[in-house]
Amino acid sequence: MPLDLSVPASLVTALLPDLIVMGGAMALLLWGVWRPEGASGRPVGVGAIGVCLAALAAIAGMAVQGITAGPGPIAIDNFRWATDAVILVGTILSIALADDYGRRAEPVAVESHALTLLAASGMMLLAGARDLILVFLGIEVMSVAVYVLAGINRRSARSAEAALKYFLLGAFSTAFLLYGVALVYGATGATNLTAIGSALAASPPGPGSMAVIGLALMLVGFAFKVAAAPFHMWTPDVYDGAPTPFTAFMAAAVKAAAFASFARVFMEGFGPVFVRWHSVLWWLAALTMVLGNLIALSQRNLKRMLAYSSIAHAGYLLVALVTNTTEGAAAMVFYLFAYTLATVGAFAVVMALAEGAERPQDVREWSGLFSVRPLLAIAMAVFMLALLGFPLAGGMGFFAKWYLLQAALKAPAPQTRLAVLLVITSVISAGYYLYVIMVMFMRPRPADAAPFPDTPAWTRSVIVGAAVLLLALGLYPSPIVRWARSSSLQPTTATGVPSTPEALRITAR
Amino acid sequence: MVRAYFPLLLLFGFVALNAGLILAIGALTVRSRPTPVKSQPYESGIAPLGDARERFSVKFYMVAMLFIIFDIETVFMIPWGVAFRQLSCAVALTPAGCPAGQVSFFGLSEMLVFIGILLVGFAYVWKKGALQWD
Amino acid sequence: MMLALLQAAAEASPAAHPLAGTVAEYVWMLPLLPLLGFVINGLLSIVPAYHAGPEDVSHDPEAGHTDMAHEEAYEAEATTFHRRWNALSSVVGPLVVGIAFVLAAAIFLAMRAAGPSLETAGAFVRTYGSWMPAGELRINWGLQLDQLSMLMTLIITGVGTLIHLFSIGYMRTDPGYSRYFAYLNLFVCFMLVLVLGGSYPVLFVGWEGVGLCSYLLIGFWFSDESNANAGKKAFIVNRVGDFGFLVAMFLLWANLGTLDYAGVDAAATRLVANGALVTAICLFLFLGCAGKSAQLPLYIWLPDAMAGPTPVSALIHAATMVTAGVYLIARSGALFALAPFASLLVALTGALTALFAATIGLKQWDIKKVLAYSTVSQLGYMFVAAGVGAYSAAVFHLATHAFFKALLFLGAGSVIYALHEAYHHTHREEDAQDMRNMGGLRRHMPVTWALMWAATLAIAGVPVFSGFFSKDQILGAVYGAARHSAIGELRLLGIPGSAILYGIYVLGLVTALITAIYMTRMMLYTFHGANRTGEGERPHLHEAPWIMTGPLAVLGVLTVFGGWLNLPAVLHALGPEALLDRWLAPVVARASATLAGGEVAHLSHATEYALIGAAVAVSVLGIGFAVVRYRGPLLAKREAEAAETGLGAAVRQAYYVDRGIGRYLVEPTIALSRKVLWRGLDVGLIDGVIVNGSAALMRGVAWAGARIQTGNVGNYAWIVAVGALVVIGAVAFR
Repeated sequence: MPLDLSVPASLVTALLPDLIVMGGAMALLLWGVWRPEGASGRPVGVGAIGVCLAALAAIAGMAVQGITAGPGPIAIDNFRWATDAVILVGTILSIALADDYGRRAEPVAVESHALTLLAASGMMLLAGARDLILVFLGIEVMSVAVYVLAGINRRSARSAEAALKYFLLGAFSTAFLLYGVALVYGATGATNLTAIGSALAASPPGPGSMAVIGLALMLVGFAFKVAAAPFHMWTPDVYDGAPTPFTAFMAAAVKAAAFASFARVFMEGFGPVFVRWHSVLWWLAALTMVLGNLIALSQRNLKRMLAYSSIAHAGYLLVALVTNTTEGAAAMVFYLFAYTLATVGAFAVVMALAEGAERPQDVREWSGLFSVRPLLAIAMAVFMLALLGFPLAGGMGFFAKWYLLQAALKAPAPQTRLAVLLVITSVISAGYYLYVIMVMFMRPRPADAAPFPDTPAWTRSVIVGAAVLLLALGLYPSPIVRWARSSSLQPTTATGVPSTPEALRITAR
Repeated sequence: MVRAYFPLLLLFGFVALNAGLILAIGALTVRSRPTPVKSQPYESGIAPLGDARERFSVKFYMVAMLFIIFDIETVFMIPWGVAFRQLSCAVALTPAGCPAGQVSFFGLSEMLVFIGILLVGFAYVWKKGALQWD
Repeated sequence: MMLALLQAAAEASPAAHPLAGTVAEYVWMLPLLPLLGFVINGLLSIVPAYHAGPEDVSHDPEAGHTDMAHEEAYEAEATTFHRRWNALSSVVGPLVVGIAFVLAAAIFLAMRAAGPSLETAGAFVRTYGSWMPAGELRINWGLQLDQLSMLMTLIITGVGTLIHLFSIGYMRTDPGYSRYFAYLNLFVCFMLVLVLGGSYPVLFVGWEGVGLCSYLLIGFWFSDESNANAGKKAFIVNRVGDFGFLVAMFLLWANLGTLDYAGVDAAATRLVANGALVTAICLFLFLGCAGKSAQLPLYIWLPDAMAGPTPVSALIHAATMVTAGVYLIARSGALFALAPFASLLVALTGALTALFAATIGLKQWDIKKVLAYSTVSQLGYMFVAAGVGAYSAAVFHLATHAFFKALLFLGAGSVIYALHEAYHHTHREEDAQDMRNMGGLRRHMPVTWALMWAATLAIAGVPVFSGFFSKDQILGAVYGAARHSAIGELRLLGIPGSAILYGIYVLGLVTALITAIYMTRMMLYTFHGANRTGEGERPHLHEAPWIMTGPLAVLGVLTVFGGWLNLPAVLHALGPEALLDRWLAPVVARASATLAGGEVAHLSHATEYALIGAAVAVSVLGIGFAVVRYRGPLLAKREAEAAETGLGAAVRQAYYVDRGIGRYLVEPTIALSRKVLWRGLDVGLIDGVIVNGSAALMRGVAWAGARIQTGNVGNYAWIVAVGALVVIGAVAFR
């Protein structure tokens, strides 16, 4: 049943999940502020998770009904639903962590839940946006909320520093994005991706043209949001300084939303000029994979290590983008799901083992963790192996990398060298992922080591849930794979038919 | 097309020239004899009370920020007002206005939603005590 | 669930096989029964380990007595803790194999009852599920029952049961009693998978499985490093052979597209007879066989394998596992029939191995080493038979050899057991396996003495004993092939195949002579003359308990009367002729006929009598020579003989093969790996340059990355701006 998006009521239907989250965020904000002083924040957390579940239900309902839409400002396809699901899962996990964080360590205001939901609504808008104005709107709603979340721990100077840095650089990069949007609009006279795609296909822009410069500027903006080198500089500082639940949120959901929009804008809107952005993105992917993994090797601070790991994963995901194929987009969504579970899980373990006030945690403090906290150690091992892409014990992490490689190799312009680089850098990443496992399992626990705090219930649920999901979907990945495969993001091509490999190999590196 | 912007370039050039000229005249003609009084910041002829780099209460910033936010939101209403007639019509406007039976409440409801969101923010700010000076 | 599968399989088979619906449907239980035993005994070996004392205390009846006090203290402890569990193992271990034997016998009777219809129906194949469905490659868990696998199953379970029973007595006081039975059960399971498997990959599962069990059992007393090394040696040498087997399977799959026997037999006709491909496949298969069945040059592991408990040597390294190679060649008859050249090489290798190992047997002092070289030698005979296409003769010798060699090993075990007990009483450290410590045991162990003499006469080829008939059939087959066969028409290095076959026949006769000599020598040194065990020990020498002599007696009967399985035509007066030949004919007759060049040559009765006469003469001559050579006074000599020189010393040292391999193969390899691959390549290049170098490089990059990561927003913004300029430049102005 295709929706006519020019009818306001249909537009509301198309945006239903996003509206649920937005409305929920506002309601929670008011509820949070009208609560009696000193009351427990947990009901707000429960409410926030309930809002996410409601949105998930709406998504499931719409996906099951098979609602589709024409080329309006909002896409209604499985790619959007899959991305929304990843975002919402990441959001739920982060909210659960934030709730424990607020109760245990720092007085994080209940507003954080509302802000998280607001950010999530922006992300969901981003995932479905088929109009550059909506893309910008989504990015801003998401980013502004996340800026605040990064600095929500007002007593921590590091948190404030992280927020300020993120805000300044984020604003800087948004300017690039906005300028790019303006130039693309100027060149094609459209902000709708479908219209841009057909305009670019009709008259391919030459080098130095306004459309291409606009494209490059937008690429910079997106590259900043997904933390691709060399626009990654903010990531370690911000991830390290921000309260851990929101670091997990940033690493998982923000990245997923940014990548989804990146893919949609570039495949649907700029698909016809693939030859223009292909090689630059190729280099960005290569640089990101190499730099992220290499610098992560030398990190001993766990959160910084995970930050660089997330940069490296952005590199892997860029490989999927470089393919410019439906399979690449599907592999990306699948990868994002695995990555979200593993990353949030890893940050949850970091949070569980942090004492009271957050301070930088050294990996070596985890010596012999297995002997005192076997469950956490095993779960962390699963997350590390999943991020590494290890078969079986790494759960679906292995399949995620596997599909990514498959997509890269089967593309019309096979990304063989990138695939090789991906494998090599994955091997390098074993250097820091396995180091964590080695420290946890093989180093003895020093006798004078400070005891770890107890793990709060929700955090434990998040850790166990993420690990179990990872392992279960690693054993039986076919439903998720089928779903991801059906998330058909169709790249627009110059001729309207799938591009021939010969035409692309000329520039394929 | 670029030629159409030539007057603009001319303007930029004139401004730059003018500024440079004035500064140059001053530098060339004025003899510099600084005294402590002369070095004081100019505050409309009133003697300065203290250091200009004073710390302001965060309340000022708070009010300023809230003002800016709501101010910009209000500014958003101006384009809405310009487009209101079209937004209230389900089909394209004719010179005679909206055809009968095609009037819609879309434009109005959009603004109501917008203001509703603003109100939520306002209520939050109010309840949070951000509008109270003391 | 198994039953449901069975029914599905039964329904799937298009034409009703004569065995369908009979007891043969339970063929899947054959390997599962010993597996069950393995599980139970394995659990028994783990569970008490948590309660009892140290498990790794060696109680090796074949080792010295290093720590007597400890050992006795341990024995008391072991009695308390292990007795109960041991009793369960004693029941479970032999019982599962015994039930498997009964089942096998029932299936055998069903096959007999099926009668002639079975000969045309082909093999009885049951598939129990898909194993490796990869693309076009479809490998199923399938078992195949035919005359050949039935015979092997009977031997394995029958002899296996006897040896399990013998082990109850032999391993009685060993702390690893349950573990021993677990391994032994597992071995039987894998061996049955090997012979019952319906395709080469399934056979390979069994093949590797028995290799594993062999390794585990050779190194059973692993606390002694030399035992563990012997296990490793067996494993590594077998890998060389397995490589050949794997290559053969790859070639089969690549060229025939199938790996199950029925498919290969059917598709083999597509191969060019005597072509390079089929010859290569057969030679690679034979490389696998040479490893598993200890043929030149891969025989070196078998003598060392004697480090395991003696019943293991009897079961694995004499009766069953080492004959797997012979089984494989008989099974692949359809392939070898197309490759006469490969067959000739098999026969030649067999003959040379037979002679080579027999000569080494002449000079060994260790009673088990004598038997080990004798096994290698007898396996050579089997390969001679398999090489000339006399597959049923090969399998016949395999069967009789299983009887008499198992008897010999168990008898040797009984002797070793007696000596060990005696030395144990007097707390003396002497080698219980050295024949120089034996002598005159006939008076102390008359039952063992008599039964071992029966086995010796059988292996020496004295008429009426089983070995006589099988060896005679092999020699007759070689002679017949030399007269007329497809192999005889080949030329190897310019020599006509028939000439080579005559040579092989002569080698066989010479080997028979030497066999008679060294076996008699062994018997004389062990049982005759004066006793050299020691004055103090002599009163403690006594016959083994009934649980050990009982199996010996059963094997003795089989050793004596095993020949009746396959009486030659000329001796039809003794009973029904060629039972085994006729039984195996549906499986091997076609391949045998092809290799023989149309039809197996029938020798005239006169020729046959002449051949029998020659064989008998040779064996009697050998025994007579040995009796004269190793007469009384020599046997009495206690101390080692004067150092030998020349050929004698060479033979005593097994032709220095081990030492040679050590010096020219192992040491250079180790030196290469240590000096070049390890120090040079690994430490120098890989660790030094690649690993540490790349690590240093990465540290450098990471250091640089960390320097860029100043924490200063201005710097970051600057980098973003520069990056943006580069990106814009790359995208827009290229």
